[in-house]
Order: sequence, then structure tokens, then C-alpha cells
Amino acid sequence: MATPPVKVYGPPLSTAVSRVLVCLLEKDVPFQLVPVNMAKMEHKKPDYVKMQPFGQVPAFQDDDITLFESRAICRYLAEKYPNKGTAGLFGTNPLVKASIDQWLEAESQSFNPPSSVLTFQLFFAPLMKLKQDEALIKQNEAKLEKVLDVYENRLGSSRYLAGDEFTLADLSHLPNTQFLVEKTDKAELFTSRKNVGRWWSEISTRPAWKKVVEMQNA
Amino acid sequence: MSLATHLFLPASSSIPCLVKTRVLFSSAMALKVHGTVGSPATFRALAALHEKDLDFEFIPVNLSAKEHKSPQFLAHKNPFGQVPVFEHGDLKLFESRAITKYVAEAFADKGTSLIHKDPKKSAIQTVWTEVEAQKFDPTVAKLGWEIVLKPKFGMTTDEAVVAEFEKKLEPLLDVYEKRLTESKYLGGDSFTLADLHHLPTLQGIMGTKVKSQFDARPHVSAWASDILSRPAWVKVASMLTK
Repeated sequence: MATPPVKVYGPPLSTAVSRVLVCLLEKDVPFQLVPVNMAKMEHKKPDYVKMQPFGQVPAFQDDDITLFESRAICRYLAEKYPNKGTAGLFGTNPLVKASIDQWLEAESQSFNPPSSVLTFQLFFAPLMKLKQDEALIKQNEAKLEKVLDVYENRLGSSRYLAGDEFTLADLSHLPNTQFLVEKTDKAELFTSRKNVGRWWSEISTRPAWKKVVEMQNA
Repeated sequence: MSLATHLFLPASSSIPCLVKTRVLFSSAMALKVHGTVGSPATFRALAALHEKDLDFEFIPVNLSAKEHKSPQFLAHKNPFGQVPVFEHGDLKLFESRAITKYVAEAFADKGTSLIHKDPKKSAIQTVWTEVEAQKFDPTVAKLGWEIVLKPKFGMTTDEAVVAEFEKKLEPLLDVYEKRLTESKYLGGDSFTLADLHHLPTLQGIMGTKVKSQFDARPHVSAWASDILSRPAWVKVASMLTK
């Protein structure tokens, strides 16, 4: 079998890398995962920086195009393969797409900042033997609670964030939430909210995400 | 208040709203923006509308009266309690970068083209649009908050935070400098949303000492001057002085 043209560079444990991986799996797009040894600063070396000028993971290649920023890569995949794998990740008409974009931006601007800080402080910092910042944890937990209250309300009248179908907007939440629910003591932020809990349970048990989690635990 | 001050207003700040401007659109599919003069996110949305030469109704939201936190606003406009909120007929959208994207696509053939149609060019543009959202805006808005806004609200600038974020900005602008050496605009060879999204925060920071970081990089400096002098942006920025 020929080598797939799509290459993803980075460790599956990285939230941004896993965001791209789940999108590829949802879209049934074959890919090659290229390891990047971050402990050995491989992501800061000239060859890598040529692909990703900020020296971060993931980097992505498809044919002759090189991309970075996980949400940009996901959008590219959803637009390039609208009918492959899970259809409708980016909607089937401009109005639905606008709603998906709206909730994707909400993830990016409102959910991501506090959940990333908490993921780093509560999961990655101990792993890297770094000191945790209690004030930062408290501050960001409060921020995340407010966001989840909005989600709780929204998901009471909508099965998924942008509407009745699973879309990129929901997908984008998978990486950080997985860590917070499974690897920290903050699961109840999600599970104590009925609608958010229901939504999390649905999106996290999708086969594509389960496969990514397997890759993370490998 | 100065131009710089206004451009760093977070969506939830309490600043008295300024002049009410109403540009009426008589068609059934009216375009409306609920927002606040000086809010960077509001200005981001308005910049796109002006680039597209679109008529729209601007409905001021009174942040100082906490209108954006009222039950009606939260229930019917934006559950996050932020401006802007955009309407096109029955479509209602929040998040400025979703609004600009919708406007750019729905009115693709009107005014300035703000997106690339070619899939590969579009993908590259989306990359740099994410860079603004994920890297530029958080870094620069933080600096604006510390340097410009805190003093206006009677709070003290945290110089340690300023130093920290100035330090973060340097390598970011180095990447921009390299990119702009290879590409006329961030998203490609023409002005697109990837550049436009920077405008409100960029304008604000250029009124502070941080401008020196931009001036020190010739391509970044030229790009900044170029996009800040676009007539559509000048029109938006002038709302502050009306």
C-alpha cells in the first residue's frame, strides 16, 4: 500500500495534535503520524521550524501543502473532504457553517484559554515536575465554570453545540476535556452539569476519539 | 478618551457608549450589528462590513449600563454576554471572527475580496487567521490592558506582566517579519481576513511604546502601516472621534 500523502508531525498526547488526529479519523483520511521528540527539542530544530515557524506541534503536510494551527488544519480537512467519513463536520450550507464557525470561535476564545491552563497546571505540570500555581488554577476554574454554564443552557435545547449534528465545533473540545475529565480531579465540572455531561458522554465515545485516546495511551 | 484607550476595551468593560450611528438598510434582509464603539471585537466586525461596502444598521449596546449582561441580551443575543452580535435576516451570530467569515463568504463578490477561493490559498489564509486568534491577539490585548486600560480605570500597570508579554511579542513578530518577507500579506498575496482581524488590537498598540517592536521590523512595519491606512479601517476608527 502506498504511503499516505497526509503527514501529521507531533505526539498524540499533545492536545493540538490530537485535535488533528480525531479530525482525520472522523473523515476517514489515511495519514502517517511522524513522531517529534520534544524532549530532545526536535520541534525547535531548523528542519521542523521550516514547517512550523513557531516551533510547535502539530505540523501537517498534504501533497505539496504544509499547514499548522490545529483548527486551521481541521477546517482544511472538513472542506477538502466534505462527503468523506463523517459528513457535515463543517455543515452542508452557509447558514449551518456560520453557526459552526461561531461555536468553533467560542471554543477558541472562551473555552480553550481556561481549559488549557487547567490542563497544563493539573496534568502536564506534575508530569513535567513543574510547580503548580494554585491562584491560576482557581482563577481559571471560575472562568471555565462560567463557560460551562453557557454550554449547559445551550445543550439543553440543542443536541450538539451548533445544532443537531456533531460538527467541528464539538470536535474541537475533545482534547482538553479528555484530560480534565479523565486525568484530573475536575471531572465534575463537566459531569455535574446534566446537559454538558450528556454531550461529553456522546462525543467522547465516538469511535474516532476512542482511537485517539488509544494512541495517547500507547 | 484617546484612540488607543478605546481600542483595548474588552467586551465586558463599562465605558459610556458614544454616539449612536444608524445606517439604515431598507431591504428585507437587513444587516445589523449590535456593538459598542471602541470594542475591538465590534470594530473587527465593522471593518469587514466596510471592506465589503455593505450597508448595515449599527445598534449601540450600552456596556456601562450592563446591557450586555441583561437577561434579554443573554437569552436572545449572545449567551456569553459580549459584543458584537450580528444579524442577517433570521441569522444571528456572535464571535467577531465568525461574523467576518460569514460576511466574507456570503458577500464574496461585493467590495474587497477577504478570502481566497482557491482551496490551497484558502488553507494558508486560515492558518494565519488562527495565528492572529491564538497568538497575536492574546499577547497584544494583554499589553493593551496593562499599559492603556488599567491606568484609565484607576488601576496600576503591572510592569512585570508588561515585560513578560513584551518578551513574548518579540519572537512572535520575528515570525511575522519572516512571513512578510515571503508574502505581501499574512494570508497570501492579497489583503484578507488574516490581516483584517489584527486591525483593532494593532491600532491600539501602535499608540504605545510597544510600537517600537513593530518599527524595528521593516516588513512588519510596512504591513502595519499599509493595513491601518485602508479606507475601510479609517472609517471604523473614525467612529471614536465622532
